[in-house]
Amino acid sequence: MGRVEPLLNLEDVNVHYGAIWALKGINLTVGEGEIVSLIGANGAGKSTTLRAISGIVKTSSGRIMYQGEDITKTPAHDIVKKGIAQVPEGRRIFANLTVMENLELGAYIRKDTKGIKQDMESVLDRFPRLRERIGQIAGTLSGGEQQMLAIGRALMTRPKLMLLDEPSMGLAPLLVKEIFSIIQEINKDGTTILLVEQNARMALQIAHRAYVLETGRIVLEGSAQELAKQEDVKKAYLGG
Amino acid sequence: MHDLLQQLLNGLSQGSIYALIAVGYTMIYGIIQLINFAHGDVIMVGAYVALGCALMGLGLIPSLAIAMLSCAILGVIIERVAYRRVRPVSRLAALTSAIGVSLFLEYIMMYFLGADIRTYPAGFFPERTYSIFGVTINNKDLLVLGTTLVLVIILQYIIYRTRTGKAMRAVSFDGQAAQLMGVNVNSTVAITFFIGSALAAAAGLLYGIYFNTVQPLMGLMPGLKAFIAAVLGGIGSIPGAMLGGILLGMTESLVAGFGGSMYRDAVAFIILILVLLIRPTGLLGKGVQEKV
Ligand SMILES: Nc1ncnc2c1ncn2[C@@H]1O[C@H](COP(=O)(O)OP(=O)(O)O)[C@@H](O)[C@H]1O
Ligand SMILES: [Mg+2]
Repeated sequence: MGRVEPLLNLEDVNVHYGAIWALKGINLTVGEGEIVSLIGANGAGKSTTLRAISGIVKTSSGRIMYQGEDITKTPAHDIVKKGIAQVPEGRRIFANLTVMENLELGAYIRKDTKGIKQDMESVLDRFPRLRERIGQIAGTLSGGEQQMLAIGRALMTRPKLMLLDEPSMGLAPLLVKEIFSIIQEINKDGTTILLVEQNARMALQIAHRAYVLETGRIVLEGSAQELAKQEDVKKAYLGG
Repeated sequence: MHDLLQQLLNGLSQGSIYALIAVGYTMIYGIIQLINFAHGDVIMVGAYVALGCALMGLGLIPSLAIAMLSCAILGVIIERVAYRRVRPVSRLAALTSAIGVSLFLEYIMMYFLGADIRTYPAGFFPERTYSIFGVTINNKDLLVLGTTLVLVIILQYIIYRTRTGKAMRAVSFDGQAAQLMGVNVNSTVAITFFIGSALAAAAGLLYGIYFNTVQPLMGLMPGLKAFIAAVLGGIGSIPGAMLGGILLGMTESLVAGFGGSMYRDAVAFIILILVLLIRPTGLLGKGVQEKV
């Protein structure tokens, strides 16, 4: 059987913030249709990895390949057009705009009026609470609703690959469950997922494969099930 | 009573000019957190371009359109050449660059066109006055109010009803998040300069006609006042800039009309200090925006 080209492939990626060496030679692949989780402690470089993929931070060396194409130097606003959406850490919704306008901004790169309308409907079906608040200023939403809006906004770009940065952060346990099951649904509908989480237990439960990041290096990788069973992962990330 | 109405009308006209300028200041500040010190000089360039058009025999509206378009392009060039590369370095560097651009525009105009005060040719905007209930209404007032109203409506439309306007608001709230939506931040910043500078040019023409003066330093005072108006209204807020401009124009006019013309210019600064002491974010400012 021929080798299948992965959807996303990071090859020896290094990122510096001034003197801080945040990513020290990351190698990571995401195959089409997968949910891949990237777990690690605070400051390990998880967000930086996603920012590098989205083109928000510059890499100092290494390559980022997407669908066989080198996107290392592609500007952030063009990466979205290629089908990579990010739900950033802390949600970063446009709090001064309405819920509707936030979703419309998700479709900023698109011209297919009909498709946009359909996607808007399906996002609002997926998140009925957003439909109720469609005209409201997004800053007035609760934390959970804002997270849904951030995910909905990313869905409006109609992504092939969705990067999620700590979507469970600051949410009540029930909402966390809801968000994770939504992520699984989105994946079943055909979107590949790269999920960053500090909540390793949940992240390993829904993922096919996972990587463990420690101070800018990947120290472990494998199927999510295997990783969840490993003693050192249990100790460090699963609370025993 | 008539006096009061008269002063309010004068104040409204002047305030409208301040408002047009202040909107540009506030839009540019909103999107790149830069006090564009050259903004006042764009007013001056606009007034001169319109003067050139007038001398070539063009009418008011074509002159206005050409002045606005030229300054819009000038604004884009200023941003591209003087700000884009220094902005990421530090705010102070960008501010210094802005002061440099301001001086450059003033002295290049002096060098090539001289420092003499010029006026628009007699037939360009023939003055007329009407008397209504004892209040003298000059057609200059009508010109200023009408033009401002039309421009503000167009601006509101662009900002709140178009895709570009949505992108502008998104970038000014969170540039990185906007990038993640596929918004090209650099072009959005350029569009903001384009629009802000076009408004400044219109203000320049109106100011030149209203005060019968076109000269290389004419942008300094209105620029400064408009900056105050923008801070007064809450820098970054477009309705705030309009409100600040009108309030400032009215107050100045009232002070001048009731015997305090010597203090007219000081009043702006006193108001500014008072407002900032009581409400540091300005009248309609939302304060420091939370950027998580
Ligand atoms: N904008 C920045 N400027 C300087 N250092 C940063 C910046 N963002 C992150 N860092 C540093 O880079 C490292 C990785 O950060 P980050 O990717 O945010 O980690 P994580 O998402 O895993 O918590 C940390 O040491 C952090 O302090
Ligand atoms: Mg992080």
